[in-house]
Amino acid sequence: MKLNRRTIFGTLTAGALAMSMAACGGSSDDEGGADGEMVSGEITGSGASFPDAYYAAAIEAYAEVNPDLVVTYSADGSSAGKEAFGQNLNDFAGTDSLVGDGDGPEPGSFQYIPTVAAPITISYNLPGVEGLQIDQETLANIFQGTITNWNDPAIAATNADATLPDLPITIARRSDGSGTTKNFSTFLDEATDAWTLGASDEIEWPASSVGGEKNTGVATIITQTEGAIGYVDLADASELGLVTASIENADGQFVQPTLDAATAALAGAEVADDLSYNPLDAAGAEAYPITAPTYILIRTEYDDENVAAGVKEFVNYLLTDGQDIAAENNYAALPDELRQQAIDALNETIA
Amino acid sequence: MDLGGEARSRRTDKGFTGLVTFAGLTVLIVLGLILATTSVQAWPAIAQDPVQFVTGSRWSPSDEVFGTLSFLYGTLVTSVIGMIIAVPVSIGIALFITEVAHRRSRKYIVTVIDLLATVPSVVFGLVGSLVVVPWITPAYQWFADLVEPIPGLSTVFDQTNTGRNYFTAGLILAVMCIPIITSISREVFATVPEIDKQGAYALGATRWEMIKGAILPHSFGGLVGASMLGLGRAMGETIAVSLVIGGAVGMSANVFAPGNTMAAVIAQQWGEAGDLHRDALIGIGVLLFAITVLINFLARVVVRRAEIQMKGAHS
Repeated sequence: MKLNRRTIFGTLTAGALAMSMAACGGSSDDEGGADGEMVSGEITGSGASFPDAYYAAAIEAYAEVNPDLVVTYSADGSSAGKEAFGQNLNDFAGTDSLVGDGDGPEPGSFQYIPTVAAPITISYNLPGVEGLQIDQETLANIFQGTITNWNDPAIAATNADATLPDLPITIARRSDGSGTTKNFSTFLDEATDAWTLGASDEIEWPASSVGGEKNTGVATIITQTEGAIGYVDLADASELGLVTASIENADGQFVQPTLDAATAALAGAEVADDLSYNPLDAAGAEAYPITAPTYILIRTEYDDENVAAGVKEFVNYLLTDGQDIAAENNYAALPDELRQQAIDALNETIA
Repeated sequence: MDLGGEARSRRTDKGFTGLVTFAGLTVLIVLGLILATTSVQAWPAIAQDPVQFVTGSRWSPSDEVFGTLSFLYGTLVTSVIGMIIAVPVSIGIALFITEVAHRRSRKYIVTVIDLLATVPSVVFGLVGSLVVVPWITPAYQWFADLVEPIPGLSTVFDQTNTGRNYFTAGLILAVMCIPIITSISREVFATVPEIDKQGAYALGATRWEMIKGAILPHSFGGLVGASMLGLGRAMGETIAVSLVIGGAVGMSANVFAPGNTMAAVIAQQWGEAGDLHRDALIGIGVLLFAITVLINFLARVVVRRAEIQMKGAHS
């Protein structure tokens, strides 16, 4: 029901936006459609499930702007998306991770376009304890099972005011391979000395940890289990009303996972020439340290000009008006500078 | 396959023979093709270290170490728990329907049981993870406390902090298998000759003695067959198990500990699996297929032996 209301709302606002755009008469932002003419046809994308809620809302809103171009996106997972991209089975791919050897796409055949980002929350279930603050090393130790009880002095050190119960910690994590796991473990791997479990889609978690299917599965475990802690994307955490911890960032500040804190992290991240960037543990007092990026892969060469124009127009929409839908769906919009870089790259790649 | 001897063998007859033979063979061909193609695809992962693939219990896709033993263990443990619960209950229900229930109420009971079979497995999984798990976790803790002083039992039923474990998965599997086992058992009991039953009564047997002496020996083979079909469903069940098993890699003697099964791990990890990881997941499928065939084969042997023992060699 909630999702429905959200998408309807998204559609309405987008509709209103479209009208206001029309009223303004060809804003300079709107460079996508070939000289005002809307592209028609069908384009398909597949890949990451992490940004799926945003893409779904954006596709629905986009249908109001240009009903003739039918866009479909299936959230099969980043790896599946990249592989399909390599086999020419989709027109664009969504991915949370960069393209590696053997993933499918040939080097030089694709361009990264960053679309949105989102904070990964550290949610917990500890009745009576709110606003928990966790420093990075302690976070690593909790998730690799070296700290096993909530009354551990390491947790108490940063939470002088809270009464921490004598309760075993239950780690809630993903049972499926996931870009969220990858981003979370990459953060722990890069930012802390304590973390020993590596960075990957699938981690060899401590045997006592409990796995849940997708973000909702992990969120469910947390709500059901007293003493549980897990990593969940912001959309699911806020939908289920989970209590989130403040995490220490690179500047030593404890920051709550919010969209503004995520955008701050993006602003503090260094962007490479291929537009890949790493917002994990980014600099900035306001930056939330566990912020995950997500990209769309577009081809440098399309067989069908019409498809190329369609992809260009839709991705351009994501980077312009579509950015406004992001916040409603708990995703952080790109900072203006990065957004402009992405639009430039799009225009350069698909002429 | 000869339908009527030389004289009546007309063209249509031959055509029909060919058609049904083909239909029969299709199953074999499809099975063979599935086995062949999956084996080929899984080969790169298995070939790394075939022994390790079956006997190793470390599963680390990022290090390309694929040991499937803990999933095999999970599949067996959950299926066995499911069978221990489902088989007696199902046989009980079937006996109740065929022997005890009133003729008119029988119809309704059968409908209800059949309805249970039509519930999609994902619904069982959701009910399991959203309703059963939070409700049953304290019960597990209570039971673990209860058997704490008893050695052996305290290892099998040890402390837990989660309801997502082997036992919950077994419970869900039991509920899912009950309709299948019940409905086949019912058919099997219906084939017991009325004269055997009447004979037992005539010798002064009570209802229970009649069931024990006339129905069960006659039905043993069929009941094993019914259980095997249930077991097949339990071992292959994917989504319902995946939602309540906890997805942990490891082999714990504690049935209240989270684990994983072969079918569930394939479903969980498929989406984000890269190259070799995907091959390894297909390999698990091949292994599961082989084990199911093996168990069915064993069941057949058991049935044959038992039938000879229970009824004499005449059937």
